[in-house]
Amino acid sequence: MRLGFLAPVLTFAVIAAVMAYALFFLNPKEIPSELVSKPAPEFKLDPVPDYGPGLETAHVKGGKITLLNVFASWCVACMVEHPTLMELSKGGKVEIFGLNYKDKPDAAAKWLGKHGDPYSRTGMDLNGRVGINFGVYGVPETFIMGPDGTIIDKIIGPITEKDLKTRILPRIQGSDS
Amino acid sequence: MTAEIGQFSLVLALFVALLQGIVPLVGAYRQNASLMNFASSASLVQFLATTVAFIALTVAYVSSDFSVLNVVKNSHSLKPMLYKISGVWGNHEGSLLLWVWILALFGFAVAAFGRNLPGSLKARVLAIQGLIGVGFLLFVLFTSNPFERIDPAPFDGKGLNPLLQDPGLAFHPPFLYLGYVGLSITFSFAIAALIEGKVDPAWARWVRPWTLAAWGFLTIGIALGSWWAYYELGWGGWWFWDPVENASFMPWLVATALLHSAIVVEKRDTLKNWTILLAIIAFSFSLLGTFLVRSGVLNSVHAFATDPARGVFILGFLIVVIGGSLLLYGLRAPAMKGGGLFAPISREGALVLNNLLLSTATATVLLGTLYPIFLDAVSGAKVSVGPPFFNSTFLPLAIPLVIAIAVGPLLPWKRGDLKGALSRLKLAAFSALVIMGISWWLAEEAPILAYAGMALFAWLLVGSLVEWADRIKLFRIPLAKSWSRLKNLPRSAHGMTLAHIGVAMVVLGITASEAWQSERLGVMRPGESVTVGGYEFRFDGAEELKGPNYDYLQGSFTVFKDGDEVVQLTPEQRVYTTPPMETTEAAIWPMLSADLYAVVGEEDGKGGFATRIYHKPFISWIWIGSIVMFIGGAFSLSDRRFRVGAARKKKAMPVAQSPVAGV
Repeated sequence: MRLGFLAPVLTFAVIAAVMAYALFFLNPKEIPSELVSKPAPEFKLDPVPDYGPGLETAHVKGGKITLLNVFASWCVACMVEHPTLMELSKGGKVEIFGLNYKDKPDAAAKWLGKHGDPYSRTGMDLNGRVGINFGVYGVPETFIMGPDGTIIDKIIGPITEKDLKTRILPRIQGSDS
Repeated sequence: MTAEIGQFSLVLALFVALLQGIVPLVGAYRQNASLMNFASSASLVQFLATTVAFIALTVAYVSSDFSVLNVVKNSHSLKPMLYKISGVWGNHEGSLLLWVWILALFGFAVAAFGRNLPGSLKARVLAIQGLIGVGFLLFVLFTSNPFERIDPAPFDGKGLNPLLQDPGLAFHPPFLYLGYVGLSITFSFAIAALIEGKVDPAWARWVRPWTLAAWGFLTIGIALGSWWAYYELGWGGWWFWDPVENASFMPWLVATALLHSAIVVEKRDTLKNWTILLAIIAFSFSLLGTFLVRSGVLNSVHAFATDPARGVFILGFLIVVIGGSLLLYGLRAPAMKGGGLFAPISREGALVLNNLLLSTATATVLLGTLYPIFLDAVSGAKVSVGPPFFNSTFLPLAIPLVIAIAVGPLLPWKRGDLKGALSRLKLAAFSALVIMGISWWLAEEAPILAYAGMALFAWLLVGSLVEWADRIKLFRIPLAKSWSRLKNLPRSAHGMTLAHIGVAMVVLGITASEAWQSERLGVMRPGESVTVGGYEFRFDGAEELKGPNYDYLQGSFTVFKDGDEVVQLTPEQRVYTTPPMETTEAAIWPMLSADLYAVVGEEDGKGGFATRIYHKPFISWIWIGSIVMFIGGAFSLSDRRFRVGAARKKKAMPVAQSPVAGV
């Protein structure tokens, strides 16, 4: 009989244990992309006015590792990773393509003019259709594309120092050797 | 200076709360009156200190003091005044400050109005209130300080999330917090009762008004939130079973159960252990909601910016408060004596059934909310539990509950007569059949559940009215006599009828809008017309305009019914600059019989615009019903038995004159 009265606290203990585990070991934002290790979807987009030639599927199959960065002028988090991208492109280690997601052409051009342009090519995904095919879930996102155009990995949210060191740089160096 | 004054007041409040949490407990243990009385003075000081802190932050927002980090992050000098003020609680730090302030306000209210409470019970209640305050003040000061300065101060702020710049959402959090924190009082009473080792009807008379008030505020808070989702998100939905919505819904369900079980404690002196457990669980769900929203454990559109340090603190706090109180319950509850016995078919039995259904419903919502975390922890699979799960588990519990609401009030205490009660509900059953027939005849074909929902609405509405008419013997005695019976009926009786009718209205709104909604999504060119739900919508075009702190595209529709103009609808698509973000402002023409709902979207480049048009029958009744439920609660709360000092002002008239129960 006395044990019955302890049922609530025991139930809570289980819930608390799981939540502690979730808090320390899980990240709900990390949604695995269905598309990782699959070929890039077909697309062809016009460039952001005055910023490089347009972007299409053939470009991400250029025989080397490239980055496809999803950005928008209305995206605050994009500013956070922007210096990282500028640094990467200046070093010339990797070619970065910009997928301008659901943006206004003028706003995107102004944004690139103001903050700098790390991209060798840009494509304007005005209605977000290409983004959907890539499984874009939010902005920014960065796809690491293999030499044959398969999606090797996807980074959700701004690229962190850790992402750079563990996910991007090793792969770029790997492809050089 | 203001920020430093605020900061200092919070530290002061922390020390006072610490003393308030310890001294009266010692006093109550030693039966020392002066130590026990310290609780009241401490709660006054705590209330004043937190008030000063809250005013200090409000001043910083209103004067756009950009040397305060919190103001920089969440405000902007161009923001309208309403949102400068609502910005105070529109963010993590400020909302916690609001929480702490309401906590101190309610503690002070117990101290001020609780003169007729037994001294040791009052001291213990206030002490527990003080300890909860310590937890929250530590949390604010160490992980979420709203008064942090920034140097150098920027020229302007980053602005409030535009989705939150909305009158509905400006008042949604304060109401929810009033509800959550109101439940902290019933929690403190439950813990104090466990420490004292006794629960008497006087205890229930104190717990019930606080539960009623908390429940009423939660009702309004949840209704405001769903109303906001309805017109701001632009998809015509109003409830998404999102984890954060569930986090506010679960305390409401438990508070509803507590509201009813406290009646049994008060009238029949039984179900005490269960009521105490519900009081603990109700507040636990309030805390759990806070944890889920702020820790980053669950992903939700409503979540605050999260910080792992905060998550760890809140989880620790949850374990101490919930784990500690449930453990205390497990150890002390078995010693409590039960009260009067009752047959399964009786008012008590009906209220037990109500409690069983409500707590099972809460359990299913909890399961659906936490299941993704459990599965992720066990197998690493990522899933989201959506409306199909909740609809298929929640509805089978809600349907019998609604059927029983009409029956319960007709059963007498101790031993009832189900046949007699049902025979008094003949009229309700007849109306249920009639309305099923009418909706089958008039409306388009719909799933069987839709007819069941309409029948439930009529059953509950007519059933509640029959019970109310029975009490005043309407049409059976002269009207003048009925009128005098009506005036003598306790307010809680009217409150119950009103609240139950409110539930019926919500059932109508949900059923009709889900079953018979018509919609049309597509590109429209200026001059084009479509007919939705019997109304003709003519699209007159769209133009770019400038608002106070945003640019917007305004579409214009003229709506006709049988050739006569009904209304002009002007939905907007706004683009805010600080921070950059798009929001949808749906144009809604609410009528009692249906809402007309229009949204305008992007241009397709060929002169057409993306549009969404909905016709939603009876959807307003969801919110009208919620308001009626709130009014019912308020009526009940104004019952003379709960009024301050009612016991002293009592006249010669015996209270037992009215054998009826309240809500």
